[in-house]
Amino acid sequence: MRPAMTDSSVLLSATGMSIWRGEHLLVDEVDVCVSAGSIVQIQGSNGSGKTTLLRALIGLAEFDEGEIFWRGESVRRVRDDLHANLIYLGHKAGITAGLTPLENLLSLCPELSADKGESSSRDRIRQVLEELGIADRIDLPSAALSAGQQRRVSLARLRLQSATLWVLDEPLTSLDVNGYDWVKAEIQRHVGEGGAVMFTTHQALVFDPHPVQSIQLTGDL
Amino acid sequence: MRVFKRDMKLAVRSAGQWLNPLLFFVIVVTLFPLGIGPGPAMLATIAPGVLWVSALLAMMLSLDALFANDFRDGTLEQMVLSGHPLTVMVLGKVMAHWVISGLPLVLLSPLLGLLMQLPEEAYLTLLASLFLGTLSLSFIGAIGAALIVSLNQGGVLLSLLVLPLTVPVLIFGSGAVAAAGMGLETSAHLSMLMAIVFLSVSLSPLAIAGALRVGVAAGR
Repeated sequence: MRPAMTDSSVLLSATGMSIWRGEHLLVDEVDVCVSAGSIVQIQGSNGSGKTTLLRALIGLAEFDEGEIFWRGESVRRVRDDLHANLIYLGHKAGITAGLTPLENLLSLCPELSADKGESSSRDRIRQVLEELGIADRIDLPSAALSAGQQRRVSLARLRLQSATLWVLDEPLTSLDVNGYDWVKAEIQRHVGEGGAVMFTTHQALVFDPHPVQSIQLTGDL
Repeated sequence: MRVFKRDMKLAVRSAGQWLNPLLFFVIVVTLFPLGIGPGPAMLATIAPGVLWVSALLAMMLSLDALFANDFRDGTLEQMVLSGHPLTVMVLGKVMAHWVISGLPLVLLSPLLGLLMQLPEEAYLTLLASLFLGTLSLSFIGAIGAALIVSLNQGGVLLSLLVLPLTVPVLIFGSGAVAAAGMGLETSAHLSMLMAIVFLSVSLSPLAIAGALRVGVAAGR
């Protein structure tokens, strides 16, 4: 049962997603459709399965029933293509404590150093970190950064990598008001440029003029 | 290659990573003459076995952290999602692990051989067998390390999983050194070790990548 695939702007879609956790039905027959230029928010209380659903959709977690499509094709066949066009920011920042923010970003964004030389990608990273207010930390070990600063380093990927689909799990965690505004502006820019964003958050976010489709999860664990 | 460089950089910054197995190796081997007594004949007989078992245990010691840190800070899930083949990245990672934890043992082993009164003829074989042996131990052990990646306390389980698989390496490795000490032909032993290296280097990245995907799916 394929969803309506006539619309070519649909990026990621899923039908009838069900996820069991032991005896408990965590996610019950949820349909998801993320098309280019849209913002999808997954809502639900703590433990309602937001993270689990997000991870299942991008192939990081198992699911029990349902079918996932990337650009109209079953994700089982085009998994690498999905991953190549995806930025996922999860609960874990993906920042290695022993490396500096610069080194972390270079290893997280391989296309950056491949396109240009080492020094120009350094300038590029410095510029983005400057916007995020942590340019002076660029050569410090990441272990010396606070949780919010580490979060900012991983958020810098949104600007450094070109990926169509952003999947952000609680992107606002440990951010201050400036960081919050930066993320909001980035999401708006990305969607304006034809990208798509799927995220979870407990804050109420309004993206004028882009409407936010929301998916409500009711399962509780 | 990128992953290899990254891990090497990390190892240079935290000395414990390559120093711990090396120190363990040295300490265990030096304890034997102290415990057994310095009789040269006795030590020479047990030298191949002692050197090999100590090297094996030192390698086991270093395996715990191989994927655990990357799993904890989320690097591993980003690797899975990078769109590049996971097996190739795994290959780089395990090669780095061998250069960091295995190669120092190989280089130091002649010195400890001296301490254990190892016969002169056996040194070259000791180096060759440990070189091949530690390389396959890295790859075989990494399968175990990948399987337990999402468990918090997997240390004992890791030994249980991996040690049985390392028995052939131990038998042929210490066998080669013992044979060389007695002036016998060692090419059969070394060829077997070579075969194990080829087999483990070519096949285990597939198993490791598979195990890591399962591990990442189980964690959150």
